[in-house]
Amino acid sequence: MVTFIIRRLIGAVLTLLIVSMITFGIFYLVPRWVGATAADLASRYVGRTANAEQVAAAVKALGLDKPFYVQYWSWLKAIFVGQDVNTGTAIDHCPAPCLGYSFIGRNPVWPDLLDRLPVTASLAFGAAIIWLLSGVAIGVLSALRRGSVFDRAAMGVALGGVSLPIFWTGIVCLVIFSYGLGWTAPGGTYTPIQQNPATWAYDMILPWITLALLFSAAYARLTRAGMLETMGEDYIRTARAKGLQERTVVTRHGLRAALTPIVTIFGLDVGLLLGGAVLTESTFSLPGLGKYAIDGIIASDMPKVMGVTLLAAFFVVVANLIVDVLYAVIDPRVRLS
Amino acid sequence: MGVAAGAVLTLGLTACSGGTSNDNKDTKGGGSSAAAFNAAVGKVFNPSDKKGGVMKFAISADWDSTDPGDTYYGLSWNLSRLYTRALTMFKVAPGQASSELVGDLAEGLGTPTDGGKTWTYKLRQGLKYEDGTPITAKDVEYAVSRSLEKPTLVNGPTYFDDFLDLKGYRGPYRDKGKDNPAIDTPDDRTIVFHLKKPFGGFDYFTQIPSTAPVPQAKDTGAKYKQHPISSGPYMFKSYSAGKGFVLVRNPNWDQATDPNRKALPDEYDVSIGVNADDIDNQLIAGTYQVDIAGTGVQPAALSRVLGDPTLKARADNPNTLRLNYTSINPNVAPLDNIECRKAVMLAADKTLYQQAYGGPLAGGDIATGLMPPGVPGFQKLNVYPSGPDNKGDLNAAKEALQKCGQPSGFATNMAYRAERPKEKAVAEALQQSLGRVGIKLTLKGFPVGDYFALYAGKPSYRDQNKLGLMTNSWGADWNDGFGFLSQIVDGRVIRATGGSSNLSVNIPEVNTMIDEAVAETDASKKNQDWAAIDKRVMEEAVILPGVWAKQVALRGTETTNVFVNDQYGMYDFLAMGLK
Repeated sequence: MVTFIIRRLIGAVLTLLIVSMITFGIFYLVPRWVGATAADLASRYVGRTANAEQVAAAVKALGLDKPFYVQYWSWLKAIFVGQDVNTGTAIDHCPAPCLGYSFIGRNPVWPDLLDRLPVTASLAFGAAIIWLLSGVAIGVLSALRRGSVFDRAAMGVALGGVSLPIFWTGIVCLVIFSYGLGWTAPGGTYTPIQQNPATWAYDMILPWITLALLFSAAYARLTRAGMLETMGEDYIRTARAKGLQERTVVTRHGLRAALTPIVTIFGLDVGLLLGGAVLTESTFSLPGLGKYAIDGIIASDMPKVMGVTLLAAFFVVVANLIVDVLYAVIDPRVRLS
Repeated sequence: MGVAAGAVLTLGLTACSGGTSNDNKDTKGGGSSAAAFNAAVGKVFNPSDKKGGVMKFAISADWDSTDPGDTYYGLSWNLSRLYTRALTMFKVAPGQASSELVGDLAEGLGTPTDGGKTWTYKLRQGLKYEDGTPITAKDVEYAVSRSLEKPTLVNGPTYFDDFLDLKGYRGPYRDKGKDNPAIDTPDDRTIVFHLKKPFGGFDYFTQIPSTAPVPQAKDTGAKYKQHPISSGPYMFKSYSAGKGFVLVRNPNWDQATDPNRKALPDEYDVSIGVNADDIDNQLIAGTYQVDIAGTGVQPAALSRVLGDPTLKARADNPNTLRLNYTSINPNVAPLDNIECRKAVMLAADKTLYQQAYGGPLAGGDIATGLMPPGVPGFQKLNVYPSGPDNKGDLNAAKEALQKCGQPSGFATNMAYRAERPKEKAVAEALQQSLGRVGIKLTLKGFPVGDYFALYAGKPSYRDQNKLGLMTNSWGADWNDGFGFLSQIVDGRVIRATGGSSNLSVNIPEVNTMIDEAVAETDASKKNQDWAAIDKRVMEEAVILPGVWAKQVALRGTETTNVFVNDQYGMYDFLAMGLK
């Protein structure tokens, strides 16, 4: 188990390095390939009135004139030793882990990420619980009553749920439930959980349900397919023949086997969402990591985008690791060595 | 103006004014509380002096900066009057009255001497910062000096950099300990500016927020925007980058020193990064009171607002002193021949241009010259009439093509900003209407962010790639000829490195006319000078004017004292109160 985890950890670090290189490359190399010079890139960060001299100064200050690997190295180095930035009146130190210093906002990215992570985490975990419970429950019931009215209705709704984009369902839900009926909070409201758990849940319930609708639909279909397959297996017949209660057969023998692929996907989905649920956060105006990344992309604020990308990759890698370990617990067929 | 300009323009760039639209009657502080379409244009809607309440502002995207010395957005100039006081300001009033400049920190307007080369201002007595320390003339000098520090404070306009007689001085960060030779402070209440050359409109410069005082000891450079020290009625309670901020009453602001501000609400909550369509929904529902982007409702809400009589009664349709136009590149054959340019001007269907921007209400009025009506000195021009129905004068266009030596028309490229559906629609409208006389356009979309820096705005790129026509848009920095025209018709602002909004106008005669207009101190003669410049540029056929922009804005449900400030072309944030 320990060697397994260590091996995976080394792999995780390598993955993060590669992800960061690719993201960095996209930002630095792709514009160069289409002919943009260092000055062209810097002109994004110097306001509308800058002259050539000011652009040149910005090129130097941002290090855009250095070769790709030097820029990448100084970015990487800052994560471990920090970075000094001139604010004009003083030198601002961006302490380790310095995931960059925003070109536009003129502040370190890391505190911003920490500030926005709870929003994204609230959204991801809350929605995940809802979609896992509802999706699996609907999937199991559908499988057990295959062909029934419930099955057909549930799968029909699920197909709709998977097909509807969140920026549409989100806005429709807001118009109906927040502005029409006044049951839920309007967009753009978020209360930290430590401040007031009840308000936190009230503010988040609509984003949770909207996001969960999309996922639970997929999970219901996945669970149903898995259950149908396992319930046809020989060992289920054996279990029934042993005289076990039907409930035990379904939950202990059937569901447990059907859950393995669900857990895999669940881990990846939650990991991905932790890196920022871009559409949901934009639709509901939640100041999370996804919104932060979008703002960064729109403003060409590379350090912001790098920060979110790296954090998102980190969550996916960690989620993968946890999923792999959980496999062993859920599915006896999996051996670690 | 580079890439930022793209973003700036989307958000309603700099003090573009408007709102003289429907009636120019001066209603002198009159107004009513009867909800009606345009009830806050040219008059005050729901006049009130009631204090208290929390004003909720929202905006979809962050603007350049809350630092008064580092901002060039109209909405920001409008908003910063809540927490800063510049030397002068536009009168807080609806309609034409707002074009009058009055003293803010200063007792009155500047006193020009030396033929307009030296300007002296006298500060009011008893001015204090939020911490109770007195505001002195030295702090105003420091504020203007630090705004010269463009490597650190990148966003502000360069009027002081260009006009002050700096003798090589670069600012207090780079030239530490040196004195700014262009600004003197003989005593704590007197400040004197020395200019390179006479300039009659200097009071317009001193209303820019960069003259708002900054105490040197509290200046944190690029981080100052997180807490600008207040000289106005409100101060920063909290600031969260990209998310919003809260302004509360400044206990050290004294109403007795400030005849221009009513300071009605107790608090302002500004939410940044709210989904634009959601802002409209919340304006309708009443949870937000103002969309401070100041560019009107989104297309999704537009038909709902105009179609529902109750909502329409909450809407205003002001002019915004913005011209949406198409630049015609005189460096690309055959457009280097003025007759071919004339053919473009004459053949264009202006009604299609108007439709592309959303029709007469959301789009604006068909433009026949550069300066929008409402700019002092405006003269109705119609140098190249596009027929009685504005659909283009095809016979005249064909005649011009004959003279140009291209009787069957010609082919050229048209550039537009790919992410702007309206500009794409303009390009398609011109493709269609110019096609009627054989002018074939190949449409080329370019990314908004790099449109001015790398493509249309870069002379080498646009000439080599034969961009004959280029969509463009401009809002005045403030409401006068200089504020509207100087950045788009002065050939000397074009830079080989790219970035200028002026894509096609470089006429030596116009450059000379601009210098004369700038030096003119007589207001009415100055206005005539700018009108003459407008006409001269139109004759050259290098700009095809499209529409003078209007917007459909929605008033909040709880707001009082609402009116459109002509100087900003949007609601006046300073005057508004709550029920």
